[in-house]
Amino acid sequence: MSNKRVIVIGGGIAGMESSANLAAMGHEVTLFEKTNQLGGHLLGWEKLFPTMRLGKDVIEFLEKGVNLSKVNVVKNADIVDARKNGKTFNVKLADGKTYESDAVIVATGYDVFDARKKEEYGYGIYNNVITSAELEEMFLSGKPLVNSQGKTPKKIGMVHCVGSRDEKVGNVYCSKVCCVTAVKQSIEIKEKIPDAEIYCYYMDLRMFGMHFETLYKQAQEKHAVNFIRGRLSESCENMDGSILVKVEDTLAGRPMRMSVDMLVLMVGIVPSEGTKKIGAMLGLNFGPNGFFKCQDQHTMTTVSNVPGVFFAGCCMAPRTINNVFADSRAAALMTANYLAEYEIEKRITQN
Amino acid sequence: MINFGYTLSKDRQIDFDKADRRIALFVREHEPSFNICFACGTCTATCSAGNFTEMNLRKIMTMVKRGYVADVRKEIEQCMLCGKCSLACPRGVNTRNVIRKINQALELYAL
Amino acid sequence: MKVEGKQAIWKEYQKEIADDKYFYVRSCVRQNFFPGSETTFLRIMRDELGKDVFENPCHTTCTGIGYHGDIVPVDTMMTVVARQFALMTEAGYENLVPSCITSFGIYTEVLDTWHHFPEVEEKVRKYLKQATGREFKIPKNLAHASDIIYKFRKEIAQKAKFKLVDKETGKPLKVVDHIGCHYAKMFPDKGVGGAEYPYVLTGMIEEWGGEVIDYPERRHCCGFGFRQYLVQANRGYSMSCSHKKFESMEPYKPDLILTNCPGCPMFLDKWQYAIAELEGKTYGKDGHGIPVFTYEELAGLVLGYDPWDIGLQVHQVSCEPLLDRIGILYDSSKKYSDKNGSSLGVPEKPINLKI
Repeated sequence: MSNKRVIVIGGGIAGMESSANLAAMGHEVTLFEKTNQLGGHLLGWEKLFPTMRLGKDVIEFLEKGVNLSKVNVVKNADIVDARKNGKTFNVKLADGKTYESDAVIVATGYDVFDARKKEEYGYGIYNNVITSAELEEMFLSGKPLVNSQGKTPKKIGMVHCVGSRDEKVGNVYCSKVCCVTAVKQSIEIKEKIPDAEIYCYYMDLRMFGMHFETLYKQAQEKHAVNFIRGRLSESCENMDGSILVKVEDTLAGRPMRMSVDMLVLMVGIVPSEGTKKIGAMLGLNFGPNGFFKCQDQHTMTTVSNVPGVFFAGCCMAPRTINNVFADSRAAALMTANYLAEYEIEKRITQN
Repeated sequence: MINFGYTLSKDRQIDFDKADRRIALFVREHEPSFNICFACGTCTATCSAGNFTEMNLRKIMTMVKRGYVADVRKEIEQCMLCGKCSLACPRGVNTRNVIRKINQALELYAL
Repeated sequence: MKVEGKQAIWKEYQKEIADDKYFYVRSCVRQNFFPGSETTFLRIMRDELGKDVFENPCHTTCTGIGYHGDIVPVDTMMTVVARQFALMTEAGYENLVPSCITSFGIYTEVLDTWHHFPEVEEKVRKYLKQATGREFKIPKNLAHASDIIYKFRKEIAQKAKFKLVDKETGKPLKVVDHIGCHYAKMFPDKGVGGAEYPYVLTGMIEEWGGEVIDYPERRHCCGFGFRQYLVQANRGYSMSCSHKKFESMEPYKPDLILTNCPGCPMFLDKWQYAIAELEGKTYGKDGHGIPVFTYEELAGLVLGYDPWDIGLQVHQVSCEPLLDRIGILYDSSKKYSDKNGSSLGVPEKPINLKI
């Protein structure tokens, strides 16, 4: 098997893991990352569900993979053109440099939903409304958890499904990871502020993964986190800056109002700007929700409509971190097989 | 006072900031498994009393947690303490003891 | 509160408002209960701003009250609306300006329905031709009268003789802005500022020197609806909606309430009286109430018109304490007199509400 060249676009978990594996197989891999740091969104996450292990341990694991296999990392890479010519791929950067490869893995990841679109929740208007990503950054900073007025919050509300399962903002799908993140963050808040009261406003609690139910039970049993089944309709600001929340307590069958010192919006996952840009350049198919469309939902999950271009990670759909690891290793394998001229198309039954 | 022919309607929105949570806190303290109920309704589905009376244990537990105890005493009196609910609960909530504790709290706070 | 967040939303919800040659259609409630308002609007438009505002006395109600009260069927309502359009077309105008918010809601709803279901529009054209022999063109621009005042708020501010400022302390007055439900809640992009943080009244208040209050029940309906209060025994429900709003705004101690719908000021004004007589509770200073104005009345006040010409004598909650604070002069003896000086009759004083 001769060594070929592979370009990987996106330096998050998917990009790092797939490039490390391909390079370990002996191929020449170039990894492009648009910021000056590898790690993607994982850089903003302190602890990971369901075990509460540190995110930076995973980053170190990924970095070692990239370094040990000697992946050629290009940071601050602004891709202005990417196209296929014959069987070769050409990528051009804003600084004028050009690169060639025999295959491409697109790992452009996700963006977090812009909570300003949910006007009625008051994000960007009321000071004490923040997103789950901002809360996690507060955890990372190591500073004491305080609200916008510098006071320790006594009551905190967590709003599920912000920007997901919502026709009004155009995202009808479930972002998968927000429910368990709310449970995880509730536990973390209680560990920092033991006498705080936490209220999670949910439609369904999607505890699909192994150990998620245990985490949920732990939140209720050990930390007395309150779960209220009812979706937030609107939030307003009280005179003292606390947020007045209006939900229906569906299990009691009545509308309910309550004040919280801090309101955390569990923002969903949307296709990233990079996904849209690179997809347009390479002529890739998009699914109905704006994520990439793979060739077959069951059998060809990392394969795109352009031979030689493969997908890895959240650019295809919301995913958990362990899924992304599995995904990127699958993408690496599919790429390697493609480069070794394995024809997967022979396995497809034409109907 | 003038009789206009109508009066102000009662506000049925639960104002949680003003809720009386003494019963909930009492039960929480004396029967910790009260916390892990996730309101699936299995207890209510199997309840003997629920076949012929308004008794709805899932709703009672939710109302107690929200501080809304106005009708809880009458409803909870229908319970026969047969134990079917404890048998069925998938989370392991000791529902019979929760009921006893709610009753004790109602007595204690004269509600 | 981050005002920049609200301003970003306001920028997104802008709408086309015509700047002259208006066809004005009046409001059932406003004409009967607040007759000074519409006169003031016309006076401002014609005398102050020199605009062309045309009225056809043959125009009718839009039947909004009947339609929302389940008395008028939708086909009848649409045909009446079509007749209004026909009168406008015959007069040679293209910009429709309804005085009432419910009318605005009706016109927007009808135009949207016809846009999505052209066969309904065809049917209504046929009905109108059969019933009256008239034909119509779709209006080019539909804007509520408060949108027009909003559009010219800066011109009005320049001509203003008073500002919404307490003349003793120099502090801006605290104003609650209450938007009619049918303005933006049905079609958010047809309202200036959208549905969540409407800007049409806020813009006026800010331009004229006041300070807007954001309180928790700001978005709540005043309870007007139509079907609720047709039966007397059900009016408690409508009153409770206004009551909820008053309870919520009370801690902020507002000086006045500004509305753009004709029904809302009627309710917010008169329910304060009913609540005071039923429960003994008042929301203003020293047993008074919070005065409620429409945008035309407020524009007239800042321009220095005589309060009795604007029609403030029909308000249940008395406006005199507020006029004193702004420094507007008025002649109390002329309050209940007509143009010739003869008395119109003085109303009874309420028991609990101080006026």
